[in-house]
Amino acid sequence: MKKFILVRLVNILITLFLIATLTFFLMKTLPGSPFDEEKLMNLSEELRMEFYAKYGLDEPLHIQYFKYMGDLVQGDLGLSYYYKEQPVSSLIMDRLAPSALIGLQAVVLGLSIGIILGMVAAFRHNTGWDYFTMIIAVLGVSVPNFVLAAFFQFYIGLKWGILPVAYWESYDHSILPTIALAVGVIAQIARFMRNEMLEVLQQDYIITAQSKGLGDWVVLIRHAIRNAMIPIVTILGPVVVSLLTGSLVIENIFSIPGIGSLFVDSIKMNDYTTIMGLTLFYSAFFILTMLIVDILYGIIDPRIRVHGKE
Amino acid sequence: MAPLLSIKNLHVTFNTYAGKVYAVRGIDLTVEKGETLAIVGESGSGKSVSSKAIIGLLPKQSASIEQGEVLFEGRDLLSLNKSEMQKIRGSEIAVIFQDPMTALNPTMKVGKQVVEGAMKHQKLSKKEAHHLAIELFEMVGIPNPEVRINQYPHEFSGGMRQRVVIAMALASKPKLLIADEPTTALDVTIQAQILDLLRDIQKKTGTSIIFITHDLGVVANIADSVAVMYAGQIVEKGKVEEVFHNPVHPYNWGLLRSMPNMETKGKLYSIPGSPPDLMNPPTGDAFAPRNEFALSIDYEKAPPTYAVSETHTAATWLLHPKAPNINYTKQSNDDLDEEEISAVNMNDTLLKVSNLKKHFNLPSKQVLKAVDGVSLEIRKGETLGLVGESGCGKSTTGRTLLGLYEPTEGEILYNNTPIKEGNKKDFSQKIQMIFQDPYASLDPRKKVEDIIAEGLDIHGLAENKQERQEKVQRLLKVVGLQPDHAQRFPHEFSGGQRQRIGIARALAVEPELIIADEPISALDVSIQAQVVNLLKELQKDRDLTYLFIAHDLSMVKYISDRIGVMYLGAMVELAEADELYKKPLHPYTQALLSAVPVPDPKIEKTRERIILEGGLPSPVNPPQGCRFRTRCPLATEKCAEIPQWREVEKSHWVACHYV
Repeated sequence: MKKFILVRLVNILITLFLIATLTFFLMKTLPGSPFDEEKLMNLSEELRMEFYAKYGLDEPLHIQYFKYMGDLVQGDLGLSYYYKEQPVSSLIMDRLAPSALIGLQAVVLGLSIGIILGMVAAFRHNTGWDYFTMIIAVLGVSVPNFVLAAFFQFYIGLKWGILPVAYWESYDHSILPTIALAVGVIAQIARFMRNEMLEVLQQDYIITAQSKGLGDWVVLIRHAIRNAMIPIVTILGPVVVSLLTGSLVIENIFSIPGIGSLFVDSIKMNDYTTIMGLTLFYSAFFILTMLIVDILYGIIDPRIRVHGKE
Repeated sequence: MAPLLSIKNLHVTFNTYAGKVYAVRGIDLTVEKGETLAIVGESGSGKSVSSKAIIGLLPKQSASIEQGEVLFEGRDLLSLNKSEMQKIRGSEIAVIFQDPMTALNPTMKVGKQVVEGAMKHQKLSKKEAHHLAIELFEMVGIPNPEVRINQYPHEFSGGMRQRVVIAMALASKPKLLIADEPTTALDVTIQAQILDLLRDIQKKTGTSIIFITHDLGVVANIADSVAVMYAGQIVEKGKVEEVFHNPVHPYNWGLLRSMPNMETKGKLYSIPGSPPDLMNPPTGDAFAPRNEFALSIDYEKAPPTYAVSETHTAATWLLHPKAPNINYTKQSNDDLDEEEISAVNMNDTLLKVSNLKKHFNLPSKQVLKAVDGVSLEIRKGETLGLVGESGCGKSTTGRTLLGLYEPTEGEILYNNTPIKEGNKKDFSQKIQMIFQDPYASLDPRKKVEDIIAEGLDIHGLAENKQERQEKVQRLLKVVGLQPDHAQRFPHEFSGGQRQRIGIARALAVEPELIIADEPISALDVSIQAQVVNLLKELQKDRDLTYLFIAHDLSMVKYISDRIGVMYLGAMVELAEADELYKKPLHPYTQALLSAVPVPDPKIEKTRERIILEGGLPSPVNPPQGCRFRTRCPLATEKCAEIPQWREVEKSHWVACHYV
C-alpha cells in the first residue's frame, strides 16, 4: 500500500509538471497581454516596456519558462498582474474558503441524499417511490444548474425572502448556492445507486443472507449497501470535477468571492499568473481526488486491497 | 412416525412480460427424518423453484404460490408471516446454493458470514460466535480456522468456499438442509470431497437433506430416495435402488439411457425434442411428445400416479393395467449393442504438437504457466479427448492450437507444416472451434444466417448471395435445424439448438479439425446426448478430426478414441480410451476416474473412492518436479525430480516415476 501511494505521488508530480508546461506555452501563444486593455491603450511605449520588464515579460520565452518553473518548485506562483502585486498563492488562499464550504456542503448533501434516494427507489422497485426518484433524477441531470440557481434566487430569495439572494456575508448566504450545486449530484448519484442496488439485490449472496433468516433491513444494510457503493466510488472523481466547473458559474451568479469567480475574472483580464496558478491548483485538486478515490476503493472492496499489496 | 417435511399439491407460477409460467404444477413430496431426498430434473423442470418455495425465497414480485401446503413438523410454512418465516430460515431449515463463487458476500469476512445467522437465532455473544465459527470450520475441514475466519471469500478456492457455505448452513444445526446443486460448479475431485463431507455431516448430526441436482451419478452416490421432475411435475419417485434399477417412467428410462457409462458403445440413446413451454402446459402427459411409447390417451389426459411398490410411485399411463407392457432393460441393451469400427489410421498424423508452452504475464509481474510443455499427436479422423480439472490448461491448449494465442514455446505441425505467426491465416479455415457456452458464443444481434455464413464471407467461399443462402440452408439441415431458422435471431432458440448453430458455423468453412471446448457441459442431459450423437455422425460423414475438451469423463470416454489427461499445465497420461479407463496408470488419472459418480447406486454405495486431499496448486507457482506430488498418495522424495514423459506400453504414455 505504501509503495502504491508513493508511485502514485511521483506520477502526480510528473503530471503536474506537464500541465504547468502546457498551460504556460498555451498562454504565451494566445494573442494579447495583460497590458492591452482599453484604458491602458494610450500608455507610452516606454511605460509599457517598463511594465514588461517588471514582470519579466521582456525576456526570451524559454528564460521566462525556466524562471517560472524555478519559482514554482519553491511554491511561488508569482505575482498577479491584475490584483496590484498580490502573490497568486495568497489570492487563492483568500478565495478558497467560500468555494470550499459550498463545494463540501454540496458533496455531502448530494451524496447522502442521492444514495438514500437511489436505495429507496431500488428497494421499492416499480412503485411510486421509484418513479418519483427517477423523475427527480432526470430533471436534476437535464436542467442546467444556472437555471436552477436563477429560479431559486427569484422565488426563495426575492419573492418569498426566505434566504439571501446573493453575496457572501453570513452562513445563510451559502445555502442556495449549495443546493443549486447539489441537485445535479443528487440526480447523478441517485440514478447510479438505484441501478447498482437493483443489480446487487439480484446477487446470490443476498439470497444467501435471506436464507439465513436475517431481516430485510439487516440484509440491506449489512450485505447490499457496501457492495452497491463500490461503483459509486468510481464516479466520485467525475462528480467532484463537475462540482468544480459548476461552481465557476454558480459563484458568478451568486456573486460569491470564491475561486470560481477569481478564475473567470482572471481570464477576462488576461491575468497570466493567476490563470496558471488556478489551473495548477485545479489539476492538483483533481488528481488528489482521484488518488483518494482509489484508496477508498481498497477500503471498501477487499479484493482490490489484495491487488494493491501484490 | 410423521415425516419431517411434506409438500402437498404445490403449484407455483411466475408472472412474466410474456405471460404466466406454470413452473410447478402440483407436486407431492415427503422427507423423512435423517434421509437424503434427491430431486432430479433438467433446467426448467421446477426443482429449484420447489425448494425455494419451501423456505419462502421466491422473488416476491413475480412468483406466486397458487395452492398447496408445505408442512414442516406439522406447521404449514406457507401460512407463516414474514417474521415467523425468518425464524425458521437458517435455524430449522438451511440452504446451500449452487455457486460458491457468488453465494458469499465479497466484502464481508467469512467467519462473520458463517455465524451471523446463528448470532441472530440463538442470540450468541461475540465470543460464543467466534468459538462457533472455529468449531464449524473444523467440522467442514477447513484447515487453520483461526486465521481463515478473518479472511475474505476471494482468498478461498472454489472447493473451500463451498465448505464455507456448508459451514454457514450448519451454523444453527438445522433439521433440514436444502442443497441446490451444491457440487455442479465444482471439479470432480472436489465434488467427491464435498459429497463425502455432506454424508459425514449427516451421519453426525442426523439432519435431513433435500439434494437438488441434474446429475444422476451424484444422485446414485448420495440419495436415499429420489424424485424425478419433468415440466413442473414429479413423474417418478421412490427409493434410489427402485428408481435406478426398476425405472417405470419413460422419461426416467430416457435419462438413464442417455448417460453413457464406461462401457457404452455405438449410438447413444437420446430423448428426442425438447421440454414443453410451461407458459402453455400441455393438457395430457407433458412428456408425451418426446415419448416413443406414448399412448393416445397421453395427449388428452394427464396420467394419475400409480404405486409400483409401497415406496415407489410414477405418473404414466404405461402403468395402467390395460397398457402394453414394455420391457425397459431389453430395450436399452438392444440399442447400445451395435459396435462400430474405427477407421483411424495409426500413422496418419494430422496435427503434431511438441513441447507446447503458453505462459501469461500477470500484472503483478508473475508468470502464469497455463500450458507448460504439452506434446501430443492428433491422427486424421480420430477424436482425441482432453480431460482435466478447471485450471489444468486444457482450454488454453485448444486455443493455442487454433492460433488464438501465440505459443510461448514449442512447435505445432499441421500436416507436417509448422504453424507460425506468418502463415497462421492458411490454417484458419482448416481448424475451427465449437465453444462451451451456446449463449455467449453467438452474436445476439446477428441473424443465424449471418452467423453461419461469416466464415464463408471471410474465406470467400460463396460466390453470390444465392450460393451463400443455399450453403447455410444445407448446413442447418445437417445439424438438424429447419431452413427457415436462418432468418431468426439466437435468442429464439434453446440451448441445444444454439449449440447446433455453433456447430453449423464451425462446419461452414469445411474444416478438417474441430476443437470442441466443453461443447456439451452447458446442456441438459437429454440434450447432451443429441449433440454428442450429432458430432459423431458428422465425423463419420465428413471425415472430421476432433479435439474434444471436457471435464465429464464418461462422455469423453464415450466419444473419444484416445484420451489425454492434463494436470496443472502438463500432460500426465495419454492412452487409448478403453485402455485408460481399464488400466489407468497415473495416480491422478486413477483418482479422477474414481471420483466420477456412476449412475448406479449399487456401485456408488459400495466402491472405495480415492479422495484427493486439498485443491489444485496455483499455476503461477507450481510444485517443483512432478506437479501432482503435493496431492499424490504415492509421492516420495524422488518426485521432486521431473518425471519423464514415456511410452510404458504401446501407445500408452505416462509421466510418473512409479509406473
